Amino acid sequence: MAILINEKTKIIVQGFTGRIGSFHAQEMIDYGSNVVGGVTPGKGGQTHLGLPVFNTVEEAVQQVGAEASIVFVPPAFAADSIMEAADAGIKYCVSITDGIPTQDMMRVKSYLRGFPANNRMLLTGPNCAGTISPGRAMLGIMPGHIYMRGNVGVVGRSGTLGYEAADQMRLLGIGISTSVGIGGDPIPGSSHRDILERLEQDPETKVALMIGEIGGPQEVEAGRFAKENMTKPLVAYIAGLTAPEGRRMGHAGAIISSAGESAAEKVAILKELGVTICPTPSLMGQTIAEVLAKI
Amino acid sequence: MNIHEYQAKEILAEYGIKIAEGGLAYSVEEAVQRAREIDGDVWVVKAQIHSGARGKAGGIKICKSHTEVEKAAEELLGKKLVTHQTGPAGKICSRLYIEAGTQIAKEIYLSFLIDRISERVIMIGSAQGGMEIEKLAETNPEAIIKVYIEPAVGLQDFQARKMAFALGIDALQLNQAVKTIKGCYRALRDLDANTLEINPLVVTHNNEIVALDAKMAFDENALFRRHKIAELRDNSQVDNREVAAAEAGLSYVGLDGDIGCMINGAGLAMATMDMIKLAGGEPANFLDVGGGASAERTEKAFRLVLADANVKAMLVNIFAGINRCDWIAEGVVQAVKNIDMKLPLVVRLSGTNVEEGRRIIAESGLPIITADTLADAAEKVVRARNEAVAQKEKTGV
Repeated sequence: MAILINEKTKIIVQGFTGRIGSFHAQEMIDYGSNVVGGVTPGKGGQTHLGLPVFNTVEEAVQQVGAEASIVFVPPAFAADSIMEAADAGIKYCVSITDGIPTQDMMRVKSYLRGFPANNRMLLTGPNCAGTISPGRAMLGIMPGHIYMRGNVGVVGRSGTLGYEAADQMRLLGIGISTSVGIGGDPIPGSSHRDILERLEQDPETKVALMIGEIGGPQEVEAGRFAKENMTKPLVAYIAGLTAPEGRRMGHAGAIISSAGESAAEKVAILKELGVTICPTPSLMGQTIAEVLAKI
Repeated sequence: MNIHEYQAKEILAEYGIKIAEGGLAYSVEEAVQRAREIDGDVWVVKAQIHSGARGKAGGIKICKSHTEVEKAAEELLGKKLVTHQTGPAGKICSRLYIEAGTQIAKEIYLSFLIDRISERVIMIGSAQGGMEIEKLAETNPEAIIKVYIEPAVGLQDFQARKMAFALGIDALQLNQAVKTIKGCYRALRDLDANTLEINPLVVTHNNEIVALDAKMAFDENALFRRHKIAELRDNSQVDNREVAAAEAGLSYVGLDGDIGCMINGAGLAMATMDMIKLAGGEPANFLDVGGGASAERTEKAFRLVLADANVKAMLVNIFAGINRCDWIAEGVVQAVKNIDMKLPLVVRLSGTNVEEGRRIIAESGLPIITADTLADAAEKVVRARNEAVAQKEKTGV
């Protein structure tokens, strides 16, 4: 099963013919993702990497049945591309682009809310490494070879810390159903909670791992959701114990600006909600193994 | 990105918000000159630093004569002001804003910010101006009024009126209050600010609504389309190391510890710093070297980390995805040679082309300590740091 993407999902690349778009499109194709084409306005009708290029997302949906898209468009134009995908009827969109203005994301989210819930595109990112259902499809920029197929669903704000988790699990022989990067921005397309909701529904996922960090209300919201609505165990790691208040730690969203946003406070609240906490980032794999052993 | 009070006031004035008459001074003479240009018998000399709570730190002085203005300016210029927002290092004051004294009848709090929960701009007001809003939120949360603004339609008049009435504004000043509130919202929206705070916004004895203080912060990600705002950056208010990092395109935050760090990815960087702390050390910095770390970029990152005189040992932790470990390893070897680095260095590589990367480090002949896992790396760098410190104490070098 896995969530969001599998080997059949028809994928298009927005910003297809650019340097970064081309590189990662090829990586995704090599991994086995079902990439069916791409969009670069003004280059419609051309062929790139052996696949058709379209002027608009709508054409890609109509002509090759695109269902999912991945956005590599530069920050100034990325919000527009995401809204274009939503309008064209794309079901799932990953925005890799880092550096989208916050108010642009506010408008994107407001635009998405205008669609009826059953017909609304799901967005993950921006500023993320993407989503992978190991052994089936990769819709992102991660090193696919470190992900093993299995029963742990992963959601995280950070790219490389997600790799670290996948690697620790692989070394212990633990695989992943789907790993979703929701990105490090203050206004993300989807929250931890949104993804946990889907992992809870997925029969293949036995345990969920949430990799969070300082700043914002997301991790606590997810913990509350897990307590009330999840039957599957939730394991969490929160990065940023050493982060000082009021300073932005790389990610635009990683800033402690109000009570409850520091790593220590989040850990305390999550523990109270019954979430299993990884005591250190080097014990993510080990903690998952212990939880799996109890099932 | 933060700006100064006087800059925020200039912006607000363009959006129709009343401010007191004032002028900028870089020297004592200029400060007195500005005071002479402003009519009246009371002047306020305000230190321009990127921090709130300046009053408590002695950064705001009320003067009743030109001589007092002169004295205040002498005292403040070149001084480091420490507030609870600046940290113990404080911020240097090299600009003063000289403003006409205002006859205050009523003080109000008004701010706008981007709320991460509702994903909307939120307008916050309180009739109890001048107080710290965080304290008020704890002691008297009912005194805080919140209005959420739908991004598709923007702030509506009825919302501005609702806020004005809740703030206790008289019918006489209603139109002015609505104009002020809407002007603030437009400034935030049009200029990609993520915070705008006026504390206090005052009603004067002449029934005018005046912004007595102003604080604005802007979205760094939007500066590409806000050139005029980008020009307002004042690097004297930012850690020198962070200025150098920004110029090199690196994401760096200076901290107080002594273990330098170079890591790829913000989350992994935070996690690595956590591991250092858990192993008994203190990180000197946060540094995300990013995805495409070339040899040149690696060397720049090394120079930046080592420019901090506190650093006693350094840790490199790379999980290569798009990156390749062999490229990183070559960059590290080149950086150590070019800089002639003497401090202990621990390198942990993982991910794409890791064997090749480890081989390059091993064959370099350099005294680089290698580590396999995150925990191993943190323990080794803390041990190396402790040994270096002990050695220094023993030899006195």
